[in-house]
Amino acid sequence: MSAVPETGARASRPAVVLDDVVFTYPSGVRALDGVDLEVTAGETLGIIGQNGSGKSTLVRHLNGLLRPASGRVLVHGEDVAGRHVAEISRQVGLAFQDPDRQIFAGRVRDEVAFGPRNLGARGIELEAAVAEALGAVGLNGTADLNPYDLGYSRRKLLAIASVLALRTPIVILDEPTTGQDLHGATRVREIVRGLVAEGRTVLAISHDMRFVAETFGRVVVMREGRIILDGTPAEVFSEASWPILASSYLEPPLAARFGAQLALGSTPTEAALVEALSARG
Amino acid sequence: MTLVLEGVRYRYAGARASALDGVDLVVEAGRVTGVVGANDAGKSTLCLVAAGLAPGVIGGHLAGRVVVAGVETTQARPHELAQRCGILFQNPATQLSGTAATAWEEVAFGPRNLALPLDEVVERVEGALAALGISGLADRDPGRLSGGEAQLVALASILALRPACLVLDEPTSQLDPHGTRLVGEALGRVARELGAAILVVEHKTAILARLANEVVVLAAGRVVRAGPAAEVLDDAQLEGLGVEPPPSVRIRRALRVAGVALPAAAEDVLTGIGA
Repeated sequence: MSAVPETGARASRPAVVLDDVVFTYPSGVRALDGVDLEVTAGETLGIIGQNGSGKSTLVRHLNGLLRPASGRVLVHGEDVAGRHVAEISRQVGLAFQDPDRQIFAGRVRDEVAFGPRNLGARGIELEAAVAEALGAVGLNGTADLNPYDLGYSRRKLLAIASVLALRTPIVILDEPTTGQDLHGATRVREIVRGLVAEGRTVLAISHDMRFVAETFGRVVVMREGRIILDGTPAEVFSEASWPILASSYLEPPLAARFGAQLALGSTPTEAALVEALSARG
Repeated sequence: MTLVLEGVRYRYAGARASALDGVDLVVEAGRVTGVVGANDAGKSTLCLVAAGLAPGVIGGHLAGRVVVAGVETTQARPHELAQRCGILFQNPATQLSGTAATAWEEVAFGPRNLALPLDEVVERVEGALAALGISGLADRDPGRLSGGEAQLVALASILALRPACLVLDEPTSQLDPHGTRLVGEALGRVARELGAAILVVEHKTAILARLANEVVVLAAGRVVRAGPAAEVLDDAQLEGLGVEPPPSVRIRRALRVAGVALPAAAEDVLTGIGA
């Protein structure tokens, strides 16, 4: 399944395991309806699906914000049941979809420092974590501003910086490219690539199919609280999968649709499309 | 001419620099103008100014004129403006009233405040929910919707007002591709059938390629490109201005760079599926 080459001993260790996880909101909405998922350490996983298909609910189980009604959630082999969110957050960082539900401090610096300070960082170490995280998202120079003096797209990057500052082995981004311009979206891609290069496990929810196809080694598709497709971008966006994608109102990236129309095989990315067309001559 | 901005300069209260620095823009009734640009180019400010919330509600200093359906925003009372121009904020969480128990009541909030007869309120609410494919959310608690669902409910609450002018700040930012398509189609119908003038900020240029008649590019508070959508979205400088071209434009460029010529038949396919 996984397209990410497995290297070294840590790669074979599952970072996250969901075992038949069911979750129902108090309103009665059954948001997760038996999810099985194993993510290997160092893997990059894109999660796609319709609004309301359970994507955000799923990732909130990974840092203990939500607890399954039944089934098990393991992080690095340990069941999260009975463990406090503060403890899990040493391993799992989650950047929310809506930065305004995450941001609470009056200064950008304090917002980013909050997490690492709670994990025990002080002095130069804390300063370094803050500076590195702000640098990674391109917000250097904003440390003394009020977060609400930043526009929405930069608050979104700030929310990501706060999670990067935790330096967790598992990083989860909920719709990170939303509201970003070209530079912001490019920045998010670089952040993910940087995390991957450091061997960290990255999960991201996205509606941006091109971003998913170009950035992640593995893609899962959710519908009505279940995982209905799981594979590489080439597999998930191949013509054979289109009926399943369509049943979930999803559309492959234009490069994949164009490639299929020209009978080039599965070309989930523009680079793959250009390569296939060049090869055909 | 439903929405007119003439020589608009706007400075937030307490700010030294102008967020908008000389904007001229006209959106005729029944037309859709897309607004693109880098972060902090002034797109959200343009929305607040076009809808009259700046300076009306949030203060600041406005020079030039903004005219919405015949009234100048600085002269109009809040209810006169609200009946002429609906605005959708970028973040639906800041839009929803927080007072309605169900999505249906949320969408009914505006029409009720217009003191419309009950059967017309019902018709407008159900029409708006159906247009966006969210009739199934009618009984849900607005506070417990997913981000994308909340965005659709917020948009439905604006459509139900049937204003002459719609100002939308990234209406599809949290939507899946299907929801994005529905919003595009619904806005197209609102422009064509109700004759609304629509100003829409979007990072997804593919939706503007389908929906917009004109596109303007903002940079540092100024309009730096303006014209027919297809022309502006194919502008070679677009990426330099922080805007991602639509996928079909990107693919054509990538093929040119790689020296691959598209056969005419393939060119037609790309035009067909890319639009």
